[in-house]
Amino acid sequence: MAIKDKLSGNEAIAVAMRQIDPDVVAAFPITPSTEVPQYFSQFVANGQVHTEFVAVESEHSAMSACIGAEAAGARTMTATSSQGLALMWEMLYIAASLRLPIVMSVINRALSGPINIHNDHSDSMGARDSGWIQLYCENNQEAYDNLIQAIRIAEHKDVQLPVMVCYDGFITSHAVENIELIEDEKVKEFIGEYKPQYSLLDRDNPISMGPLDMPAFYFEHKRAQAEAMKNAKRVILEVAQEFEKLTGRKYGYFEEYKMEDAEVGIVIMNSTAGTAKFVVNELRKQGIKAGLIKLRVFRPFPFEELGKALSHLKAVAIMDKAESFSTAGGPLFTEVRSAMFDYAKDTKAVSYIYGLGGRDVRPDEIMGVYKDLLEIARTGQVKSTFNYLGVRE
Amino acid sequence: MAYNLKTLTEKEERITGGHRMCAGCGAPIVVRTVLRALKPEDHAVIGVATGCLEVSTCLYPYTAWKDSFIHSAFENAAATVSGAEAAYRALAKVGKVKGTTKFIAFGGDGGTYDIGFQALSGAMERGHDMVYVCYDNEAYMNTGIQRSSSTPKYADTTTSPAGSEIPGKVQFKKDLTMIMAAHNIPYVAQTAPFRNLKDLYEKAEKALYTPGPAFLNVLAPCPRGWRYNTPQLMEIVRLAIETCVWPLYEVIEGKFILNYKPKNKLPVVEYLKPQGRFRHLFTKENEGLLDEIQKEVDRRWNRLLELCGEA
Ligand SMILES: Cc1ncc(C[n+]2csc(CCOP(=O)(O)OP(=O)(O)O)c2C)c(N)n1
Ligand code: SF4
Ligand SMILES: [Mg+2]
Repeated sequence: MAIKDKLSGNEAIAVAMRQIDPDVVAAFPITPSTEVPQYFSQFVANGQVHTEFVAVESEHSAMSACIGAEAAGARTMTATSSQGLALMWEMLYIAASLRLPIVMSVINRALSGPINIHNDHSDSMGARDSGWIQLYCENNQEAYDNLIQAIRIAEHKDVQLPVMVCYDGFITSHAVENIELIEDEKVKEFIGEYKPQYSLLDRDNPISMGPLDMPAFYFEHKRAQAEAMKNAKRVILEVAQEFEKLTGRKYGYFEEYKMEDAEVGIVIMNSTAGTAKFVVNELRKQGIKAGLIKLRVFRPFPFEELGKALSHLKAVAIMDKAESFSTAGGPLFTEVRSAMFDYAKDTKAVSYIYGLGGRDVRPDEIMGVYKDLLEIARTGQVKSTFNYLGVRE
Repeated sequence: MAYNLKTLTEKEERITGGHRMCAGCGAPIVVRTVLRALKPEDHAVIGVATGCLEVSTCLYPYTAWKDSFIHSAFENAAATVSGAEAAYRALAKVGKVKGTTKFIAFGGDGGTYDIGFQALSGAMERGHDMVYVCYDNEAYMNTGIQRSSSTPKYADTTTSPAGSEIPGKVQFKKDLTMIMAAHNIPYVAQTAPFRNLKDLYEKAEKALYTPGPAFLNVLAPCPRGWRYNTPQLMEIVRLAIETCVWPLYEVIEGKFILNYKPKNKLPVVEYLKPQGRFRHLFTKENEGLLDEIQKEVDRRWNRLLELCGEA
């Protein structure tokens, strides 16, 4: 029987980590992720896990220690936010290229400067090309579920890539919600025992990791890494199916909300999807055919699936909680629109950058976005492709 | 058992020949000697920071390392190896490890005194059972001989060039061994490939088999950066020691022990003279600079004698 509880996102993640019982956790405090290592170190102190908790002196060392541990054959996890993720940047690429299935919770927070502890997605968006799989979560339940699935995805023999599970700082990390937990034994059974193919501790088969690659080999190694990311697309769905059997909760690349007959829609990630669903419901009451897509898997990017899912819309708004300073929309917009070029050419697309640095996003503002889309749908004219939502100009 | 280089060299080498370090380079001798101090039945996980040693010994698809080896980046050899050591302890708890594994990190002076200093300090403070070995060639050699905080005063490097106004690096060398001693870890030693390598070997053995963190700072001359003739490697090391520029000492549980006291302390110019990086000091107008170097060497040496109870 599933266990009903009330937990904050960070508590839910810490509970999942207790259930996973990783061999090594190396972490460094940063708001709003700090609670994760805090709660977890209490589990260590109480002997509830067998984990070696390494309280490193920086996030750079956190990721470096995770790399050393995972390379030594240990199931390894960590958590961070914002500047912490930024400080790890160099090591993120190395973790992925060494094909180490580290699982990290990223509790999304704005990047400095100016320093700001509140939510947006500039931190994990900055790491989008680091070779990590990225899963995004609307709420506590999804954060918990994704973390458990992440272990299976990362360690799959055809993948062997690190995974970030991203959820919104404070909004998700600190707000207490109802949650359904899986029994400890069932989590254990679902993730299985970690049996790495290669390990530094395999004394009978010593290996060298992290060599210098000359131009004769580097490209092939990167190509193999890209292939693993392609494999992840398949594995993510396989793991989701098994997870559904276990819990009844369904996961895919993205969630389609009232999309079948929709004429206008938005593409959005994480907690704001909850607010946007409320707006969709309001619009539906007025007989307006509004829909929504909440992206779960940003890396690998579901290019074809997402493009096709938008093909029947007249207009779509792609909502970025991160600025890319390209002057041509946020990172999500750029990629979604690229997919639409092949699969949804007739759908008009506009970009909205919203909620930076924790700026509240109200239902009436999202309502405004749908109003803009309806106008585009009616006239077939896009007045402004690149937009900001809720900012003083 | 008394130290005998000849019998020890009969042990199987744990780093192969055929790596690409320059002739007359101190670093491979340091590595080979440290690894020789491992018990043959013990396995080792070796982490190396980016630098000359790493790029010359693990060039895909080749490796010179017979044990398990990992390179991840420049500034994090200590953190990377600390993670592997934590993994070992965690997996030992659940009965998943076989035999004894030793954990060793090698970093150049750049990867140790400078960019990797924080990771080193953190790993040592956390108490991982590992040995960190700095092979100190006193500059960033891999990128073409740039100054580090380990570069000695007035040395000519490519970012502290001797010019008509500034005679090379203007700062004295950072005393990292003392800083590591201040970490109050079980074992800290300063050593070099001296004479028959006894000092280096024995310190490596102590570092490896003292439980907890240990730090070795090993002088590892570089003929390209220091500009000496390659066959002179051992002579350069000898002069560093006989002039007290690089004293051999160890700190065991906080107790300072001097391992070698020159019978006849040589003037520092004897050490500086054969090295091209100090050539510009040997002019009439720069005599004062040589005096300044001598004074600082004497000051540090006298302080060490005091700490070792030898004053
Ligand atoms: C973060 C980072 N900065 C700079 C470099 C470039 N780099 C590679 S090796 C090196 C110098 C290494 O110096 P040292 O640690 O003294 O080792 P050596 O090459 O002298 O043996 C530098 C600057 C790098 N690889 N990574
Ligand atoms: S440049 Fe210097 S440190 Fe590097 S391999 Fe050559 S001699 Fe050794
Ligand atoms: Mg150097």
